[in-house]
Amino acid sequence: MGDIQFEIDGKTVTADQGMTVLEAAQKEGIYIPTLCHHEKLEPFGGCRLCIVEVEDRGWTKYVVSCVFPAANGIIVRTRSEKVDRLRKTIIELLMAHAPDAPDLLKLAREYGADPDRYERDPSFCIHCGLCVRYCAEVAGKHAVGFVDRGINKEISFVPEIAAKECNDCKECFPLCPTSYLQAAFVYTQALSFPDAVKTGQSAGK
Amino acid sequence: MEIEKIDQIIDRHNGEASNLLQIMLDIQKENNWLSKQALARVSEKLSVPLTRIQHIATFYKAFSLVPKGRHKVHICVGTACHVRGATRILDTVEDATGIKPGETDLDLKFSLETVNCLGCCALGPVMEVDGKVHGKMSPVKTARTLKIYE
Ligand code: SF4
Ligand code: FES
Ligand code: FES
Repeated sequence: MGDIQFEIDGKTVTADQGMTVLEAAQKEGIYIPTLCHHEKLEPFGGCRLCIVEVEDRGWTKYVVSCVFPAANGIIVRTRSEKVDRLRKTIIELLMAHAPDAPDLLKLAREYGADPDRYERDPSFCIHCGLCVRYCAEVAGKHAVGFVDRGINKEISFVPEIAAKECNDCKECFPLCPTSYLQAAFVYTQALSFPDAVKTGQSAGK
Repeated sequence: MEIEKIDQIIDRHNGEASNLLQIMLDIQKENNWLSKQALARVSEKLSVPLTRIQHIATFYKAFSLVPKGRHKVHICVGTACHVRGATRILDTVEDATGIKPGETDLDLKFSLETVNCLGCCALGPVMEVDGKVHGKMSPVKTARTLKIYE
């Protein structure tokens, strides 16, 4: 228990082997903003918002705390001029996709981010994977997944599974940091137009 | 594609989930595309969630989720081919097949794609059909070449 000792924002903290910096911070009540982290889910490192400064043997680097393992003797700074600047840009990038997300609007105010810095491409999904991972890891239904890649990446419900499972569950909806209407929308779309789902083969026989 | 054939491919890879990608590639190769039925079968036999298979199938360009033609036509629109008149070659193919890049005709005869440099610029403008390179193309030669394919 607590065999790792290091420092976060000047405070000495302990962590167990295998804990991430974020987990150690949360245990101590030290706040690091997150969007794709969920205590019931495996670390994902998708949103990058939890980025922190880590000083390790004289070297300073920037790491995402939700996947970075706690280590002896490191010095973590959850806020610094550079961390704030990085977070500001990350928020601005995410806001191009989800300009009206309440969580992001709040973060934007805190970090002085300009929601319109990047051209809007409101897909409403910031690829945090919470819905996808929750459905796979906790619900165990695998009804929703990602399709495509890069800027075209989207969530997609498998109509056959969704029709059976989702109505009684819908636990992923409120997890969405942008607004759970997004998952609800894609879900409805999958049920209403099962053939038009992006991966469904409308041309198939 | 019949279920038996898919099962054969899966068996060839010992039905192991770690061979998922190879199995998908083999189905793509034999069938020219991945049908939903095929993916569902793979998912069932390997016990890999369909969501995961869909993610992979849509991630890699090597996979197609719509039927592809028997012949794959690639028109090079790289710089060298472009200055040597690739546009006219592409126009000719579009006219002859009635399809645009990314499309497949109704008879499933041709699928058309453009590429950026096939690495044989000296032969430009270049058309590749099913991996065979046709160099120094002219509109007339292009139309004639396409007629060879059944
Ligand atoms: S729909 Fe929402 S919860 Fe799902 S991946 Fe996108 S942002 Fe995350
Ligand atoms: S919370 Fe760490 S990357 Fe999203
Ligand atoms: S540009 Fe066409 S082969 Fe290089």
